[in-house]
Amino acid sequence: MNKAVGPIKRKFAPWDDPAGVPFIRFENVTKRFGDFVAVDNLTLDIYEREFFSLLGPSGCGKTTLMRMLAGFENPTEGRILLDGKDLAGIPPYKRPVNMMFQSYALFPHMTVEANIAFGLKQDGMESDQINTRVAEMLRLVKLEKFAKRKPHQLSGGQRQRVALARSVAKRPKVLLLDEPLGALDKKLREETQFELMDLQIELGMTFLIVTHDQEEAMTVSDRIAVMNHGVIAQIGTPAEIYELPATRYVADFIGDINLIEGKVSAVSGTQLSLTSEGIGGVIDAEAAEGGDATVGLDACFAIRPEKVRISREAPPAGSHNVLEGEVWDIGYLGDISVYRVKLANGTIVKATVANMTRIVERPITWEDKVYLTWPRDAGIILTK
Amino acid sequence: MADTKDPTGSSKAKWLVVAVPYLWSAIFFLAPFFIIVKISLSQTAIAMPPYMPQFKDLATAWDAVRQFSLDNYVFLTEDPLYIAAYLSSLRIALISTLLLLAVGYPIAYGMARAPKGVRNVLVMLVILPFWTSFLIRVYAWIGILKPEGLLTMLLQALHIFGPDQQLKIFNTETAVFIGIVYSYLPFMVLPLYAALEKMDHTLLEAAADLGCPPLQAFWKITFPLSLPGVVAGCFLCFIPIVGEFVIPDLLGGSGTLMIGKTLWAEFFNNRDWPVSSAVAVVLLIILVVPIVIFQNQQKKL
Ligand SMILES: Nc1ncnc2c1ncn2[C@@H]1O[C@H](COP(=O)(O)OP(=O)(O)OP(=O)(O)O)[C@@H](O)[C@H]1O
Ligand SMILES: [Mg+2]
Repeated sequence: MNKAVGPIKRKFAPWDDPAGVPFIRFENVTKRFGDFVAVDNLTLDIYEREFFSLLGPSGCGKTTLMRMLAGFENPTEGRILLDGKDLAGIPPYKRPVNMMFQSYALFPHMTVEANIAFGLKQDGMESDQINTRVAEMLRLVKLEKFAKRKPHQLSGGQRQRVALARSVAKRPKVLLLDEPLGALDKKLREETQFELMDLQIELGMTFLIVTHDQEEAMTVSDRIAVMNHGVIAQIGTPAEIYELPATRYVADFIGDINLIEGKVSAVSGTQLSLTSEGIGGVIDAEAAEGGDATVGLDACFAIRPEKVRISREAPPAGSHNVLEGEVWDIGYLGDISVYRVKLANGTIVKATVANMTRIVERPITWEDKVYLTWPRDAGIILTK
Repeated sequence: MADTKDPTGSSKAKWLVVAVPYLWSAIFFLAPFFIIVKISLSQTAIAMPPYMPQFKDLATAWDAVRQFSLDNYVFLTEDPLYIAAYLSSLRIALISTLLLLAVGYPIAYGMARAPKGVRNVLVMLVILPFWTSFLIRVYAWIGILKPEGLLTMLLQALHIFGPDQQLKIFNTETAVFIGIVYSYLPFMVLPLYAALEKMDHTLLEAAADLGCPPLQAFWKITFPLSLPGVVAGCFLCFIPIVGEFVIPDLLGGSGTLMIGKTLWAEFFNNRDWPVSSAVAVVLLIILVVPIVIFQNQQKKL
C-alpha cells in the first residue's frame, strides 16, 4: 500500500522495496503466560535505521514483545531474527540490543554518571572515552548538573532521562524504548523527541519505541504498529494509520474520529455507499483496505473532526455526503473550537473549526440547525 | 478550638512515642549498667554481697564514693589471661561471623529467589528451630559431635572411617564454630533475606541488557544492594558471639578461651564480683566503640 498522503519527514521506505531485507523479524511469534496469550502468532518486520513505534492499549503485549527481542522472555512459539540470525538461545547480555525499561530500573547504589557508564565499562571501553561519552549523554538529556546524584535524589522525569541516556550510551544496533518520554513535560518531551531523531539519523540505529502518546508516535515514527490483544491490528506510516485506518479499532484508537454506523447500500469498485436510519442521506466514500464490500453489510463511515465542515446553509437538496443535525455543545480549546452536532438518530458528530480570528461570538451557536459536509475522500468506510 | 487542641494533643502523643524507648533503655539498660560500673570500681570483700564499699545511707555515701578505685581495670591489663580471652573471643566471633555470612548468604539468596508463595514457608523453616530450647539444641550437638557420637557412627557406616576411627572435633574450636554457626544462622539469614527480597529483579535484567553476565551482575548489583542486610546480619551475630558462654562451655571444652567463660568463672568460681564487673564493662566498651564509629561513618555516606 503506497497511499501515503504527502511527503512525511524524509524519503525512507524500505518496506515498500520488494528486495528490502528486514533487520528485525518476528516470525509467527506467540508468547503465553500459563494459558494467557500475551502475544498471538505475530509476524512483524522492522528495517535497519527504521524508527518503529508500537501503539496499543495497556496490556496488549507491547512490553512483552520488546522483552522477547531483548532476551528476557523466550517466545513460546515462533522465532525472532536479528540481521538474519535466529536469536533463540542467545542470552540478553550478548545481544546487540539495549532496552530502556518502563520502570527505568536504575541502579540505586550508583550515581547518574555511573549508571550511564555501566554498559560502557562492561564493554571494556577506555576510561577517558567513557567520560566523553557520559558527558555527551548527560548533555543529550540535559542532566549535566546531576551527574553526581543518586537516582533517589532525582525527580521522576529526571530518572526517566537517566534511563534513556543509559540505554542510548552504548549506541546499540537496536534500541528498545519502553515509554521513554512519558514522565517529561511537553516542551522537554518535544525537544528530546527531536534529539532522539537526530541521534538515530546520525548513528544509524534502529529504534523500536512504545508510547501512549499518539502525537509522539506520529512525530518520530517511520512506521507505526497498532496492537490489540497480542496481535497487530495495522502497520503503516503515521499518515496511513491516521488517514486510512483498516479497522474500526484502529480508527477509534488513533486520534479523534466520528464513526457513523450504517449498512452498505451500493458497491462500485472500491467506492461504497452507506445508508442509515436517521442520518438523512447517503454517504459515499472509499472502502478501507482489505475490507469486504458486499451490499447489506454492516459498516461504518469514519471521518476525522477536522475534515468536517459545519454550516447553517442547506446544500442543494438530494446531494450526498451531507448530515443534518443540531448543535449540541461547543467546546472552546483556544486554537480550535469543537462543535458536537446531534443527528436525528442521536449520533453525536464532532466538527472542529480553527479559530482564525479573535472574535468570541461565533456565527453558529447552541441548538442551531446545521449541515455537516466534507470534501470527497475525506472519510473512509470501514467494514471490519 | 478543636483545631488548636488537636496538634498539641498529637505532639504530646509523639513525645510519648519517642520517650518509650528511652525510658525502656534507662530502666533496663542504663540503671543496671551503672550498678555494674559501680561494682567494678569496688573491692572484693567477704560479705553479702561480696564487695565493698556499700551504700548504706546518704550520710556515708561520699565516703563510699571516695573508696572507688580503678584497681580492677588495672588488674585486667596486668594478667595476660584476660587479654588473651578478649582476643580469642574477638577472633572466634570474627571467624564465626564470616562463616555465618558464607553459609547464610546462599540460603537467603535462594529464599529471596524462590516463588512468592514458597517464601513465607521458607522463612518459617528458618525460624522453626527457635521453637525448641536453645540449650537442648546445643546439647544435641554434643550427641552428634562427640567421639562415639552420631557423626562418627555415620562416617563409619559409610566406610569413610574405619571401625576404630573416631571424630576428634568435640571439645575443640571446630565444634564451637559448628555450634555457633548453627545457633546464629537465623540472625544472619533473616536480615539478608529482607535486603535481598526487596531488590527489584529488573535491575539484574538491566545489567544483563547492558552486557553484564550473571556472575558479574551479582557482584556489581546484588551484593552492593544487599550490604545493609550484610551489615545488620554481621552485627546481630558478631556482638552476641563475642560474649557467648553456653556454646564454648558445652562444645569447646577447656581448650577454648572465651571472655564469656572467663566472666562466668570470675563470678561463680572466684566469687569476684568487682573483677567480673570490670570484665563486663570492658567487653561492652570493646563492642560499643566500633559500632558507634561505624554508625557515624554510615551517616556521613
Ligand atoms: N510474567 C508474566 N506473567 C503473567 N502474565 C504476564 C507476564 N508479563 C506480562 N503478562 C501479561 O501479558 C499482557 C501483556 O503485558 P505487557 O507488559 O506486554 O503489556 P503492555 O502492552 O506493555 O502494557 P502497558 O502499556 O500497560 O505497559 C498483560 O495482560 C500482562 O498481564
Ligand atoms: Mg508495557
